[in-house]
Amino acid sequence: MQEEFITSGRNIPHIDPTLNVWHFSIPVYLFLGGLAAGILFFAALYSILKKENELPTAVKWSTFLVPFILVIGLFALFIDLKNQWNFWKLYTTFRIESPMSWGAWVLMAITPLSFIWAASYLKELIPGWNWKLGFLDKAEEWVIKHRRKFAWVIICLAVLLGIYTGILLSAFNARPLWNTAILGPLFLVSGLSTGAAVIMWMSNNHKEQHLFGRIDLLLICIELFLITHLFMGFLSGPEVQLDAAQLFLTGKFSLPFWIGVVAIGLVIPMILEIVRMRGSKISAGWPAMLILIGGFLLRFLIVEGGELTGYIY
Amino acid sequence: MQSRRDFIKISALGIGGITLGSQGIPKLLGNGLFIDPVVSGMKRIPTYCEVCFWKCAAWTHVDEKGKIRKIIGNDSDPHCNGRLCPRGTGGVGVYEDKDRLTTPLIREGEVGSQRFRKASWDEALDLIADRIKEISAEHGPESIALFNHGSSGAHFTHLMKAMGSSNTAPSYAQCRGPREVGYKLTYGSVLGSPEPLDIRDSKCMVLIGSHLGENMHNGQVQEMADMIEKGADIITVDPRYSIAASKSKYWLPIKPATDIALLLAWIHVMIEENLYDQDYVKNNTIGFEQLAHHVKQMTPEWAYGITTIKPSMIRKTARLMAASAPASFVHPGRQVTWYGDDTQRTRAIAIINGLLGNWGKRGGFYFAEKVKIPKYPYPEYPTPKWDWRNILNGRFPFAALSISNTFIDATIDQEGPYQIKGWIVSGTNLPYAIPDISKFEKAAQLAKFIVVVDTMPMEITGYADVVLPECTYLERYDDLRTSPHREPYIALRAPALPPVGDSKPAAWMARELGIRLGLEAYFPWEKYEEVLEWQLNKVGSSLEEMHEIGIKRFPRKSGPLYQPENELPLFSTPSGKIELYSQQLADTGFDPLPNYTEHATPPEGYYRLNYGRAPMHTFSRTSNNPYLADLMDENFVWVHPKVAAKWNLETGQKVYLKNQDGVKSEFPIKVRVTERIRWDSVFMVHGFGHSNKQLTQAVGKGASDNHLITDVKIDPIMGATGMRGNFVTFIVDATT
Amino acid sequence: MRYAMAIDTKKCVGCSDCVVACQIENDVPHGFCRDWIVEKVVGTYPELSMEIRSERCNHCENAPCVRCCPTGASYIAEGGVVLVEAAKCIGCGACIESCPYDARYSHPDGHVDKCTFCIHRVREGLEPSCVSVCPTKCMYFGDLDDPSSEISVLLKKREYKVLAPEAGTKPHVYYLI
Repeated sequence: MQEEFITSGRNIPHIDPTLNVWHFSIPVYLFLGGLAAGILFFAALYSILKKENELPTAVKWSTFLVPFILVIGLFALFIDLKNQWNFWKLYTTFRIESPMSWGAWVLMAITPLSFIWAASYLKELIPGWNWKLGFLDKAEEWVIKHRRKFAWVIICLAVLLGIYTGILLSAFNARPLWNTAILGPLFLVSGLSTGAAVIMWMSNNHKEQHLFGRIDLLLICIELFLITHLFMGFLSGPEVQLDAAQLFLTGKFSLPFWIGVVAIGLVIPMILEIVRMRGSKISAGWPAMLILIGGFLLRFLIVEGGELTGYIY
Repeated sequence: MQSRRDFIKISALGIGGITLGSQGIPKLLGNGLFIDPVVSGMKRIPTYCEVCFWKCAAWTHVDEKGKIRKIIGNDSDPHCNGRLCPRGTGGVGVYEDKDRLTTPLIREGEVGSQRFRKASWDEALDLIADRIKEISAEHGPESIALFNHGSSGAHFTHLMKAMGSSNTAPSYAQCRGPREVGYKLTYGSVLGSPEPLDIRDSKCMVLIGSHLGENMHNGQVQEMADMIEKGADIITVDPRYSIAASKSKYWLPIKPATDIALLLAWIHVMIEENLYDQDYVKNNTIGFEQLAHHVKQMTPEWAYGITTIKPSMIRKTARLMAASAPASFVHPGRQVTWYGDDTQRTRAIAIINGLLGNWGKRGGFYFAEKVKIPKYPYPEYPTPKWDWRNILNGRFPFAALSISNTFIDATIDQEGPYQIKGWIVSGTNLPYAIPDISKFEKAAQLAKFIVVVDTMPMEITGYADVVLPECTYLERYDDLRTSPHREPYIALRAPALPPVGDSKPAAWMARELGIRLGLEAYFPWEKYEEVLEWQLNKVGSSLEEMHEIGIKRFPRKSGPLYQPENELPLFSTPSGKIELYSQQLADTGFDPLPNYTEHATPPEGYYRLNYGRAPMHTFSRTSNNPYLADLMDENFVWVHPKVAAKWNLETGQKVYLKNQDGVKSEFPIKVRVTERIRWDSVFMVHGFGHSNKQLTQAVGKGASDNHLITDVKIDPIMGATGMRGNFVTFIVDATT
Repeated sequence: MRYAMAIDTKKCVGCSDCVVACQIENDVPHGFCRDWIVEKVVGTYPELSMEIRSERCNHCENAPCVRCCPTGASYIAEGGVVLVEAAKCIGCGACIESCPYDARYSHPDGHVDKCTFCIHRVREGLEPSCVSVCPTKCMYFGDLDDPSSEISVLLKKREYKVLAPEAGTKPHVYYLI
């Protein structure tokens, strides 16, 4: 028998008995960030490919959600900080080794850009919209003129936003569950998938729905592949990673993982999508909703699970 | 039996806890670092620690705002060598504890609804003096008994003697009584405290029933670390894998209650294989032939069947001990009241030490010396008409000090000629210290008057008629510390801060009571520092000097530290030699040589209750200290994995304990499943399971071992209360 | 100058003096601690062995907590001591997640806190509080770059280990075994 434990009465809140510094708001932010990244990615992509008229939801209407999503996400981040009124110090420096610093700056850039992008389509959404201020009209003209450049900037930032959350977690080599290079791409793909799901749900254009249905199907397959790869890596890794994998496959998190993330979040939407593509009348909302739930659960479980795993104790 | 005394738990109403914001606001200095207390010049006042009885000399550091910042050991003090143990370091919490008693309390009300009310000192002291006069007039001053532990006891003992009573009881029969008697019988002198063990220069130390490292006898733990550094050997005999066992060359996982068999087998091996200094034994001991004859059949094989220690191990360890002689010794232990034959067991240890020839030798027992402080000139004490020896009436013939349980019995006694009627309790939480609590409770009901002096609302206060709040050791002067050691030292205790609230030093209380009892002649001083100044002047020092240095060393006067080679040591025994065979015991009808007697083993489903210490706590008095509670706020019951499997127990699970007499623990206790404990025993740290709600930090945490010790084995030689013959079982129910 | 600590697990009895001394010296709030004692027991009764370690922030040379801090509040000061500038800390918790030793915690005041090797004492030529109070004198503190310092001599003489070497952090707390 091996016993190893702390005998000097350590019982620090959120550190003992297991680490739990990041609560609900971090997975909420990760989910919303991924979602925003997904939506903006497709918006920018199809704008560059000059498909804004064929895929209006993707390029225009879904982007109206993004400012709200980002603000809520930022708020979730803000309330998680313990020393909140210092938050502006994030913007006094850029630390290249800290993914969190990248994230702060990416958000700092992409949030106003998302406002601007959506605002530039406001007149199309609400006919008769009047800015009432001269310089805003000029600004809108300028944005529409340089839309392609905006799209390129946004697509890069969207990819960064989608992938950095995974890189941030994977940089914590103290947490075996996170310490894998697959997490970045996994979160990016998951973010794109949730973005595509929202676009598909919002769209009332059959062609657009069909396209994003297929995109989602592809993304789900990639996600399943990445998750498999992730766990295969754990199972052939050091003991701490074996334990981390077991937590999800057979342990405490197995139920929410297999049912919530894999079944509800990936496999069932995949089936629904295939069925829809074969002509079924099932509403797009169903697979979309399940994908969103699965996307959130994935991040929630990975954050909570990662905190449970460690090198010592 | 009609109860006249409700157990009153001091409630928070109207007593007014002091809120000493113990956190303080961290002083941030620019980049978030704290102002260095060392740099920013703090006052330091000398003291010696009162958290346990080791009395390490220390410096109390007080900052410019009058807050105690830290307590650091005095570098010159051999008790601590400048490093206090965790309890001494956490002494700041003794001062800061917000649950401290701060005002005198008087019991009032009818039975069934009694409570305490706040009172002024005059009222409280007048009441106490009146009742003492009443009781003395009716039953004689001898019928007042003092239960004490700690430095305050000296002041009340003086008062008692002035009153005409010598019925004062320290913890003799609950702690080291048997070994003092065992050593007195064998070597002619008691060991005292600290024990004169030359640990740091020893080549082999044998611990049998001592868990140094968990019991934090500071100087001894430090010297044990020195031994480890030097690569010296430690042999530990313990049914539990103690910290000391983990640092030992050999650990003997002995079956509980069989220690005497092992000791006798060791003696057998040493004699049979001639592992002793024959000249030394011839010149310094008597009774060797009887001893050799006595142990002839007590072979390691015989002991193996009893103790489960393999014969090869018994021989190996005996040879190792002997090979390192005289720089090797068997530690006589400290809390040695176990099974009722404890004096005989310490006699066996004393005999082995005699064969090792380590008395007065480097690495064995050195000759300690203490400074003789002249007694302050008081009038002669009156001679009491009777004392505890009369109560004993021939029982426990070798008891040299009074026995607390004797006073408890004498309080219950309503027929005999020597009855105790009034109690003064100072610095000891009797319900958590004296085993067989039903007797204590009965006695508390029958006592006519009980005064409790304490710094904290310990459970004993619930039985008091008057509670007097004592200020802590950081707020008062006390007697000079003159403990024996390699060199004689005196240490000063001076107040670092004024007493908190209305608390007062015991010296002041004793004087005020003395004046009211017409004994002002015994208290001719106004403040106790006058006594100290007088005493210091007599030895060539002064309060001013002692304030400056804290501790002062004096040259040895009694002779060298070790026995010179060419001289034979003198022993104060009747024969002048080490009495391996004790004629005194034979003459009184006891075994002159130790014998093994079989003791009861746990019945099916029960496990022997072993108790012990943790280095961050002292008895039940520190459980409320905020700093020490941070380290350990409850005790655990250690359970062997096989036992845990049988009972379906997991670490962290709470269970109630029930002992062989059906007594159930008041609070549940968490289980620790560990390989470190034997399958027939459980272990728990003593001093938890507080029931007084005013101990806000400690109440309800862990369980009290003392309340489960109801089967007390009394040692017939000197009256010690053997506490290790109790067995517990687990109660796992829905309420836990 | 590279400050480091060596702890002799053979002498340590786990008394926790280092824990309470640190708490008092550094005003650590009740319920929190910057260092702690770990007891490791291996085997089956009675074939047992035990190791006792006093643990704290390891002031790693390759500190993940410094790398991941988005504001630069976590930094490496003189002697390689890792410190936190409370005024810059936003309390995001990234450093807590990144520490393989669980050495950091969120102070009630909002910033992140941990062992500082008592740098305020070291600057005055004193030893960290835990080292100075330890009754068994099993803790050593000194400069690894000074070959004559006690710690350098000890590390040459004795067998030692560090915690979680596979994490690649290059800790500066060594356990003599």
